[in-house]
Amino acid sequence: MESIINRITRGHFWHFHGGIHPPQQKFLTKDKPIRNLPLPEQLILPIQQHIGQPGDLLVSVGDRVLKGQVLTKSKKPTNQSMVVPVHAPTSGIVTAIKNSVIAHPSGLSSLCIFIEPDGEDKWQERNICEYPELLTREQVIDKITSAGIAGMGGAGFPTHIKVNIQPEINYLIINAAECEPYITADDLLIREHSATILDGINILERLLTPHHILIGIEDNKPEAIKVLQQATADNPKIKVCVLPTKYPTGGEKQLIQVLTGQEVPSGVIPRKLGIVMQNIATCFAIADAVIFDTPLIRRVVTVSGQALDKPQNVWALLGTPINYLLEQCHYQNTGDTGQRNKSNVNANKHVIMGGPMMGFSLSTDQVPVVKITNCVLAPSKDEIPADNKEVECIRCGQCAEVCPAQLLPQELQWSAKAKDHQQLTKLNLADCIECGACAYVCPSQIPLVHYYRIAKAEMREQHVLHLQSEKAKTRFEARKVRLEKEKLARETKQKKAADARKAKMAENTPEASNAKSAVAAALARVKAKKAKAASLQPEEKLAEKATLEKDELQADKKSQVAAAIARAKAKKLAAKASASKLSDAETEAPTETSGEKPETDTPKVKTSETEASQAKASQTKASQPKEVIPKESVHKTNNYKKLKIAAAIAKAKAKKAQKLAEQNQSENSDELPQNKAETSLNEKAEAAQAKKIKDDEKAKRIAAAVAKAKAAKAKRQEQQNKQNQQEAE
Amino acid sequence: METFVANLTFALLAIAVLGGMSLLFGALLGYASVKFKVESDPLVEQLDQLLPQTQCGQCGYPGCKPYAQAVANGEAINKCAPGGDDTIKKIAELMGVEVEPLDENHEVDNSPKVAFIIEEDCIGCTKCIQACPVDAILGAAKQMHTIIIDECTGCDLCVEPCPVDCIEMIPIEKTTQNWQWDLNNIPVVQVD
Amino acid sequence: MAFWIASSPHNHTQNETSALMRLVIYATIPGIFAQWYFFGWGNLIHIALAITTAIVAEFTVLSLRESPSHQHTIKKQIFDGSAVLTAVLIGISLPALAPWWISVIGAVFAIVVVKQLYGGLGYNLFNPAMAAYVMLLISFPLQMTSWQPPLELMNFDLGFTNSVYVIFTGFTTEGFSIEQLRVNVDGFTMATPLDTLKTNLTVGLTVGESMNNPVIGENFGIGWEWMNGAFLLGGLFLLAKKAIHWSIPFSFLASLFICSLIAFTISPDSSASTMFHWFNGACMLGAFFILTDPVSGATSIKGRIVFGALAGILVYIIRKFGGYPDAVAFSVLLCNMAGPLIDQYTRPRTYGHQVQNKSTGSNK
Repeated sequence: MESIINRITRGHFWHFHGGIHPPQQKFLTKDKPIRNLPLPEQLILPIQQHIGQPGDLLVSVGDRVLKGQVLTKSKKPTNQSMVVPVHAPTSGIVTAIKNSVIAHPSGLSSLCIFIEPDGEDKWQERNICEYPELLTREQVIDKITSAGIAGMGGAGFPTHIKVNIQPEINYLIINAAECEPYITADDLLIREHSATILDGINILERLLTPHHILIGIEDNKPEAIKVLQQATADNPKIKVCVLPTKYPTGGEKQLIQVLTGQEVPSGVIPRKLGIVMQNIATCFAIADAVIFDTPLIRRVVTVSGQALDKPQNVWALLGTPINYLLEQCHYQNTGDTGQRNKSNVNANKHVIMGGPMMGFSLSTDQVPVVKITNCVLAPSKDEIPADNKEVECIRCGQCAEVCPAQLLPQELQWSAKAKDHQQLTKLNLADCIECGACAYVCPSQIPLVHYYRIAKAEMREQHVLHLQSEKAKTRFEARKVRLEKEKLARETKQKKAADARKAKMAENTPEASNAKSAVAAALARVKAKKAKAASLQPEEKLAEKATLEKDELQADKKSQVAAAIARAKAKKLAAKASASKLSDAETEAPTETSGEKPETDTPKVKTSETEASQAKASQTKASQPKEVIPKESVHKTNNYKKLKIAAAIAKAKAKKAQKLAEQNQSENSDELPQNKAETSLNEKAEAAQAKKIKDDEKAKRIAAAVAKAKAAKAKRQEQQNKQNQQEAE
Repeated sequence: METFVANLTFALLAIAVLGGMSLLFGALLGYASVKFKVESDPLVEQLDQLLPQTQCGQCGYPGCKPYAQAVANGEAINKCAPGGDDTIKKIAELMGVEVEPLDENHEVDNSPKVAFIIEEDCIGCTKCIQACPVDAILGAAKQMHTIIIDECTGCDLCVEPCPVDCIEMIPIEKTTQNWQWDLNNIPVVQVD
Repeated sequence: MAFWIASSPHNHTQNETSALMRLVIYATIPGIFAQWYFFGWGNLIHIALAITTAIVAEFTVLSLRESPSHQHTIKKQIFDGSAVLTAVLIGISLPALAPWWISVIGAVFAIVVVKQLYGGLGYNLFNPAMAAYVMLLISFPLQMTSWQPPLELMNFDLGFTNSVYVIFTGFTTEGFSIEQLRVNVDGFTMATPLDTLKTNLTVGLTVGESMNNPVIGENFGIGWEWMNGAFLLGGLFLLAKKAIHWSIPFSFLASLFICSLIAFTISPDSSASTMFHWFNGACMLGAFFILTDPVSGATSIKGRIVFGALAGILVYIIRKFGGYPDAVAFSVLLCNMAGPLIDQYTRPRTYGHQVQNKSTGSNK
């Protein structure tokens, strides 16, 4: 291990495979200071700007927020949650919380908080901590967590998780390589704020207690290197490692290989090797958060490209729309319009978030700056031609030569096009870091990385689908087993009960006779109750009948319908009977089971025999009083709900009936559907009547519903009659 | 005569040698086929693996496994609507038959969906719970039901039994998590 | 205004496949010049014929393959240089005075069968030029072995007109046939140095004695040595331009050198010297222009070294023991066949994967 440090001290580094040297183009912005921008008119803050889960909203529309005020928060207070809060970058009013296009290659929308700055830029109360050394480890991590810091190099991994590591850390690597062309944000940040960055590194050193701190920086930033070397001169632990410029040195795995000679095994995080890497801008943000109590609300963004008159690094508040940045840096639209007259092809505007190698095209310039935005690139037509000249791969192998992951891009490409996921896995597609070196050198101009991304997304989706289907399968199987078990249980229970009954019958013991007589008594009582109920409310029934019959007559009903109504009435009767019985049953219930009063009830049955026969239609229903009773009690206690349910059912039934009737008409085949319609009508009537009994207040409404239903029925009947007539004719 | 005998001996020798060799190789092959037998899943299992496990029954069988069984017994391979053309292709590959277009009777939009219960309308009848093949609906009698999105396979078997039509099939939204890098369909905002 | 959406990386090197092909074509110029200087106009005429035929064939096939709406892609594909390069290589490798239809058939076969029927640019398993050459050699052995002696050994003054006449009619303006042209000043029918050596060895002469043959001249063969030298020059130019990778030419020449050195050390009487092998036949052309064809070769560096070494061994074996005097075409085709296999076994170890699993490589 000492030898590694010795090597580094001598300035000898390892190499990673491949790599390219694209034109740097850093001269556009590297000699201009970081500019402070005036407040934009609107800030758009996506609530998720990092890897992990979005926090919960703490503000609502119309709220006034102060600069630095926290806007989202994790439900769980733990430091381990993958939630990173978002803060108000300036004071103002929350004007909207809605979906808006976010900084993502897909151009999809996500929930964003819109803030209209009030121009005062008023801070919330801050506690500046002059001696961060005095803070405990937990306090520091807490501060980092609540400051909402996520990795600022591009991936946006929550920093508080990365710094909250207990195992021994060998190397803390500070990534200042900034290997992408055009970008100079870190370069300028180092040159202007090296003291704060060093504070940040010191805080990290306290948290992680690494044996060595290596700052990896490419040799194309001589001023920054000098500043860093001066700033770190008195800390022997920190080594500023000046690396040869080669893309993608700034990739995590590549930088680790260059500095330590170790390869991070596939699927393993560097932490396992005792290595933690932090971006240099993140160090700055950590110092800002811990010492100055300033959450992450702004960052340095390189606004570059030859389509801008004044490319420059700017301090951009998070949430600043890109069009504001472009405007501030004098985006030329005139150059385009001149060409547009000649051909429409050139009318396209190309704005890239991130560098030219790994950045993504924006679909609109309303996209806001987020925590991972290190560059906004507005290239001119000549700089980055916007056309696709893809031709077939000629297997020249240049891609394999430059691949830093030592993959075989051309073979991956074929398999990706053929959707051969098995082969892709074998070729280690997952190890592709999407650096774009292969596509950069490809003489056939094949957008290789794009194919890999599609393939990766497909494989991910397939994997998810596979897991889902596996889950569905097990659940389905489990359900089947459950149903089977239930059925079996039911059967055995029934069988047992039947056996027990039989046995008792056969034994003819006093208990058996008791049980027998109890059953008989219950049956008799039920009959009696029914009969009584029927005789108790004949008038109401008759009136009901009369109105119904009148309706039917008016509509020139057929006997079928009459029968249906009769049936419906019978049902109603039954319902009433059981309802009236309920009041009795409530008092009788305990005695009923004991089966003490069979004799007293029998005469009643005999006297009201005639009425009982009238109510025969309802016998089946009434013979199961126990099942009816709970229903009724629910009715009583929960009238309103029941009503609603009944209404909903009625509504649905009416819908269904109507559909069926329509079907009838169109198909001209009446028999079966008609029957169905009938039954549904019966049910409807039943439902409507059940309602009536329960609630007098609603009586009117129900009456109206019944009338409506009847009218509909009548109408349908009429139509049917007509149809029948037509058919007869 | 001598030449004839010599020839005959030669011929017999040749037959004997060839016969011996064929016996030897036959025995070798037989041994190898027993010794190095490749254990493979039964066909039904493999087919079941390919099916999407929505258990929707659109193929006319009560679940994916029964359909896999049926396909193994010669049923048409083009009846799985949720699986769509991809699944048909895979089954065709496995069965070594021609790829067929999806059965016309099943020509449905097979974009991924999940069921959603409109809670205000739910009457708590439990009919959908009984219909759900994967127990993805939560609820009790007279209580409002709800669907566990993560468990829902989008089979839409619960839609039909609902007496109040309160179940909707809603398409799964495209998010940044499941986006397929379809650059050509990004809604580009026209500025002027 | 609309926004342009593209996938990263957004910038590219400006080199294109067509530029690469053009560079390779330019690099053949020194060799062609040497050929012209020592063997006359014949090959130039064949190159012209082959280019014309190849372009016509390419256009026909592409028109059949692509819908008419893709006119611009057809145009782009025709002039991507790959067809022209194939035609140039066929023209160079034919005997200078072969009849005109040889190059026409060769070019059509190369483009239509070997390239387009396999799927077009990037999909051909075999090098089109060499496949066509082998096809011609097998189908028309007489025409394909009627090598003319270098101009300085010829009885006749073979100008441009005569070359055209011989190629198109079979006779010069004075009425001499190709057979007559092949007879040298001393009245012997001439062959290539490799041919001569092979024939001499079969009749019992030693290599040393064979070297006295007029065709061989002072070094390794009149004209041939210079031609190979010129192709070597062109190849070095390509290496300098990074148009081709050093691995294949290096391993090919090295393995040929080693093979011939071993044989020469063991039995100098029956084996030609290393330099004789290097500077005869299509050795340099093969090393720098044919084996380096990326489409039909191996891809990884390790694979390319294996590929080149295999080709070198095959060339030596066929030259020494085979029925044909030169062997570049055959060994190229054999190596083309082995290409995918070589690729399979020379996959580089991916970053972060410590031990390459051998079993995954073999069960494909």
